[in-house]
Amino acid sequence: MKYDLFIAGFGGQGVLLAGNLLSYAAIIEEKNVSFLPAYGVEKRGGAAMCTVVIADGEVGSPVIGRPSTCVYLNQTSLERYGAKVKDGGVAIINSSLVDDSSWDRDDLEIIRIPMNRIAMELGDPRMVNMVAAGAYAAKTGAVALESLEQALKSVLPERNHRFIPANVQAIRAGAAAVGR
Amino acid sequence: MSQRLFVKGNEAVAMAAIEAGCRYYFGYPITPQSDIPEYLSRELPKLNGEFIQAESEVGAINMLLGASATGVRAMTSSSSPGISLKQEGISYMAGSELPGVIVNISRSGPGLGGIDASQADYWQSVKGGGHGGYHIVVLAPASVQEMYDLTMLAFDLADIYRTPVMVLADSVVGQMKEALVPNPRPVTILPEKAWRVRGRREGTEQMIVKSLFLGDGELEAHNWKLHGKYDVMKENECRQELFMADDAQLVIAAFGSVARIAKTAILMARDAGMKVGLLRPITLFPFPTKAFQEVTLRCKKILDIELNNGQMVDDVRLSVARDAEVYFYGRPPGAGSLPVPEELFEQIKKHY
Repeated sequence: MKYDLFIAGFGGQGVLLAGNLLSYAAIIEEKNVSFLPAYGVEKRGGAAMCTVVIADGEVGSPVIGRPSTCVYLNQTSLERYGAKVKDGGVAIINSSLVDDSSWDRDDLEIIRIPMNRIAMELGDPRMVNMVAAGAYAAKTGAVALESLEQALKSVLPERNHRFIPANVQAIRAGAAAVGR
Repeated sequence: MSQRLFVKGNEAVAMAAIEAGCRYYFGYPITPQSDIPEYLSRELPKLNGEFIQAESEVGAINMLLGASATGVRAMTSSSSPGISLKQEGISYMAGSELPGVIVNISRSGPGLGGIDASQADYWQSVKGGGHGGYHIVVLAPASVQEMYDLTMLAFDLADIYRTPVMVLADSVVGQMKEALVPNPRPVTILPEKAWRVRGRREGTEQMIVKSLFLGDGELEAHNWKLHGKYDVMKENECRQELFMADDAQLVIAAFGSVARIAKTAILMARDAGMKVGLLRPITLFPFPTKAFQEVTLRCKKILDIELNNGQMVDDVRLSVARDAEVYFYGRPPGAGSLPVPEELFEQIKKHY
């Protein structure tokens, strides 16, 4: 199997950390993976994007034109990259910040999750990216939730390990939100 | 088996350098390669090595020349405009037959250009970027694992042939994270560095490392000697990857990052019932001429794809069988110019 994923948001939402976490979970599962951050002249509050490819066999291109799943964490990323999702693909939208009522894609499975609200209810709005990662893993099965939780230890610096329990909760809440 | 890590391409270069026994690094920061000096500035002091942030790229390459002249393994890295500044030093190293590894995580040009992925330094790298008509070995990794493995190989080839060796990649391979198995340094039989300068205290004869040859016929003979080495490299050191090329009716020629993008385009073509393959040069100098000759004995269509306006395609045209057709598709580098697999698939359909 091969999974490709595009995550977009603004700098500070943890787009790159979410991509890293999903990638590391795939490493734990002994799969092949590429994590490609959008690389440009970046600034705080600017756009942040990454592409993750998870494969049992060879990854091939780390650059994906039409990803089968896209995660949109803010309005601008949907407006700018809404056309990117592959026909018939999946869009996971942070409905706390994104209004997709005027989006003209009717071929997609759209999953709306109030990620900011969920993160805030769990105590910290910065966990939006964890909610998104949990939702993606639950929706696609690209990696197991247990692997995501295990990956936190490797992806987060030692000093932030005290936040792992809260992040695990956020991952699970994101996964649970997919089914609703 | 070593542990499977998850690291950036640039970090893999730095890790391989350390494993290869490199303890001396000289450089000057420039995007998108600064992870290399960042890593080495942290790790080399712990190993009693030396990390020097030079006053400029010119300073760094001359420090590399000096360190290599003493027989140690040493490295510099930079990105395109910085590599241009190093060309004089690389010519002196080639002339002085000094080993040394130079990493170019290239960016778009000409001039200051931009920081996007680019393969526009192909000519500069393989055709002798400085003055005087020389070559250096040029290795083109396409994955994080190859960033590690080819950096390791670069140090061995440099010592075996007494030549500068360049690792040429871009921000896709440099900034991308993938799985890495950090293999231990292979056991290679290396020639003794009898030529190294070691000072007079050891009581030996005076050693001189130089590129100045003024005696009658001396420089001509030196040039023939260098070019004799290039012939040996062409015979023994060509490396390439063949992917689904056996039955292909169209073979894509591509190196580095764009070869990865092409691979997915090839799989799209295969799904559509088209027999398409890939010939990926891993050594850009020596160029895998024989591999192109062999492939084009059977397959008469080559589509060369590069992140520039057409550079390697020159060498492809010089290498293929006479009756083979060579097409070219390129995107000159810059923001928004990185092609996606779907785009390359369109080119495959056009030429198949």
